[in-house]
Amino acid sequence: MALALDKRLRDGIAAGRLESKRLKDNFSDVHPPLDGHEALVASDRCYFCYDAPCVTACPTGIDIPQFIREISTGNTAGAAETILEQNILGGMCARVCPTETLCEQACVREHAEGKPVQIGLLQRFATDEAMAQNKQFFERKSATGKTVAVVGAGPAGLACAHRLAMHGHDVTVYEARKKPGGLNEYGIAAYKTVDDFAQEEVDYVMAIGGIDIQYNKPLGSKIDLEKLRQKHDAVFLGMGLAGVNALGLKGKEPAGVMDAVDFISQLRQAKNKGKIAVGRRIVVIGGGMTAVDCAVQAKLLGAEEVTICYRRGQENMNASRYEQELAATHGVVIRNWLQPQKLKSKSGAVAGITLEYTQMNKKKLEGTGVTITLEADQVFRAIGQTFGEDNSDALSGNLKLDKGRIATNEEGATSLSDVWAGGDCTNSGDDLTVTAVAQGRNAAESINRALSV
Amino acid sequence: MADISNNFCGIKSPNPFWLASAPPTDKAYNVERAFKAGWGGVVWKTLGEDGPPIVNVNGPRYGAIWGADRRLLGLNNIELITDRDLHLNLREIKEVKAKWPDRAMVVSLMVPCEEQAWKSILPLVEETGADGIELNFGCPHGMSERGMGAAVGQVPEYIEMVTRWCKQTTRMPVIVKLTPNISDIRYPARAAKAGGADAVSLINTVSSIISVNLDDFSPEPSIDGKGSHGGYCGPAVKPIALNMVAEIGRDPETAGLPISGIGGITTWRDAAEFLALGAGNVQVCTAAMTYGFKIVEEMISGLENWMDAQGHRTLDDVIGRAVPNVTDWQYLNLNYVTKAKIDQDSCIKCGRCHIACEDTSHQAITNMLDGERHFEVIDEECVGCNLCVNVCPVESCITMEQVPAGQVDARTGKKVEKRYGNWTEHPNNPSVVAAE
Repeated sequence: MALALDKRLRDGIAAGRLESKRLKDNFSDVHPPLDGHEALVASDRCYFCYDAPCVTACPTGIDIPQFIREISTGNTAGAAETILEQNILGGMCARVCPTETLCEQACVREHAEGKPVQIGLLQRFATDEAMAQNKQFFERKSATGKTVAVVGAGPAGLACAHRLAMHGHDVTVYEARKKPGGLNEYGIAAYKTVDDFAQEEVDYVMAIGGIDIQYNKPLGSKIDLEKLRQKHDAVFLGMGLAGVNALGLKGKEPAGVMDAVDFISQLRQAKNKGKIAVGRRIVVIGGGMTAVDCAVQAKLLGAEEVTICYRRGQENMNASRYEQELAATHGVVIRNWLQPQKLKSKSGAVAGITLEYTQMNKKKLEGTGVTITLEADQVFRAIGQTFGEDNSDALSGNLKLDKGRIATNEEGATSLSDVWAGGDCTNSGDDLTVTAVAQGRNAAESINRALSV
Repeated sequence: MADISNNFCGIKSPNPFWLASAPPTDKAYNVERAFKAGWGGVVWKTLGEDGPPIVNVNGPRYGAIWGADRRLLGLNNIELITDRDLHLNLREIKEVKAKWPDRAMVVSLMVPCEEQAWKSILPLVEETGADGIELNFGCPHGMSERGMGAAVGQVPEYIEMVTRWCKQTTRMPVIVKLTPNISDIRYPARAAKAGGADAVSLINTVSSIISVNLDDFSPEPSIDGKGSHGGYCGPAVKPIALNMVAEIGRDPETAGLPISGIGGITTWRDAAEFLALGAGNVQVCTAAMTYGFKIVEEMISGLENWMDAQGHRTLDDVIGRAVPNVTDWQYLNLNYVTKAKIDQDSCIKCGRCHIACEDTSHQAITNMLDGERHFEVIDEECVGCNLCVNVCPVESCITMEQVPAGQVDARTGKKVEKRYGNWTEHPNNPSVVAAE
């Protein structure tokens, strides 16, 4: 026991703070799936509303009352088809959607009793069963002879590619990394999607045929937009955001200051979580889902103290209330109205961070001059992502940007007549997986209309 | 505290809750457990004539339909009358009655439709000290193929004949159990009365096929791939039973004939409704088979508390109170005009009232107001049908409000008349004789 305690309380950034069994438990499914009986009981709570508010709240417009009714009658395959015809990544969305701010928030039973129908878990029930049986619902139309380039094999790119393939177009997906999935594969807390689900889902999507994914082909260094436009009838850009906002502090950053997205990605890819090093005292700067995913997982890896510091109030946090509660349940402390001011270091490694209390003054956030210093042997940046230099260079001059992202209309069309875009790299939307799927799908329909003229 | 002790055609029990003749009353073990739990009486599971015992199927006997969370709503069975030896049953009846003298012990009987068969078994039952007998003219399955049960209950002349044989032979009160598998319940009830019955009990189970297995196309419950119609019971049959009880209660020819109400009674409230429609007591089976005997505690306490709250002192204050309010359609007051009203504060905006009315009724409920979900009744279209109330998931969110006399009904544009007016005098009724 003494040895185990020693390991847990080591200062600095170290791996193996917890024994492997504990780690395994910590990183198991955060919401275990419903079994058949639970799904029946849960489905029975749906009122089958007219013009249901949950459907309106779903960015992909899944006919939720319909699929729940199908589950309740034992027609799980029909339920899966209802989901997937609107959202081919319905399996992942069932796991990572902030349903508490989307469909389940709109559920009339949330309004009535504060207890919505478990739409997310029901969606997972239906899609898991269809995927386990590899039940395919969609067939390609006869080949059109047109080819479309899709940049990025993330949620937007996959949704777009699938819908284009359905319409009979040949799709080549150019993916920067060596695996498909985008943030589904690299950017989501490990306990939200266990057992290599992201890859299985990609396989399921690809099974329609007509989609070729080329890996290690980042925009900029390996491919450029002009060549893609020459080679293909249309191009869809769905490469997400490659850069990360800096803390903007003076001086050189000491060791131990890292990007939360890298930590999350590293954790997702690690077969053995015991090999991931983590600090004893951690400060995460930011207020979104990335901050929560990072902080909770740091705690699950055995960090003793994890504090999220966000410069505005709780109501301004991008992380939903549910996510905030999840963090709190795991022992993460969330501190609001604090902005980073100065990193403290000791022999080149971070030793703490000084933060300044903030306040609103005439609708403007300002520092108060009052500070606090938190001890930390690891500090994570989770204050948003940017387009990234490579992407910017690759697109410069060609595409109209808006606030540093690609400007699109509601169909995903860009300023170039043969280029569409969707997902996080565009200026519209809320950086959710489900929104990226909707944008990819809608762009595919728009591309198909353009190519069918 | 209200007194719920019961005297049903001379048979006394501490409360009006009896267990119906069925599996729960097939042997001493069960019946004693029931009495310990508080049941006022039992009708012992139907005895047949002496001889080799009845044979039941050895596969499943029951099938069911369920509501939310697998709540059992309807049960169907193909079990026959007792398959235990007649003398064993009689011995146990005697023992249990001696041990529980304050509880009602009624014995259900079903023997072939021959005078001698009935006359032979009655003295044996009498000897047990039982309080009464119930003639099983109801079972729709199995025994009816052999000319018993519902096969007798469907022919009023047979009912009258067998009832008379029994009344001539025994001192015990005779309760005739009626089958609902007929077109008009008043005829068998009248026949029972004509034969001298002390009471009737109803309903027995409804002929039914509960479901079909869609893998092997066998009706359920499936016996080696085949199924047979069974008897349907449980909460789903209660409305059918209530109507039949009321029909007998308000029929001048059978008025005053004691009725033991049976059919889907699950709670004190169900029981109270049967009593109000003229039942002198009630019999329960499916609810006990679903939840066990303990449910009688809720029934007793619920009935007592309701009676206390309403100021009813004894069951006689309740029994039959709703009967005068059961009438024929033609006597309903056509000048009673209602409109649905949706309480916007309790509305959860599910839209079910709208779509039900829009698709299937009178297009009398909005779904939008200034681009917002908003459900409101359009008085100009509302006929006051109550469908919206029934489909609304929130209790009391939609209510039916009477349009007072003198006010204009927005739908018809006519003033609501104060006087009572029914179909028999309505100008559209071709049978109306013009007053001259």
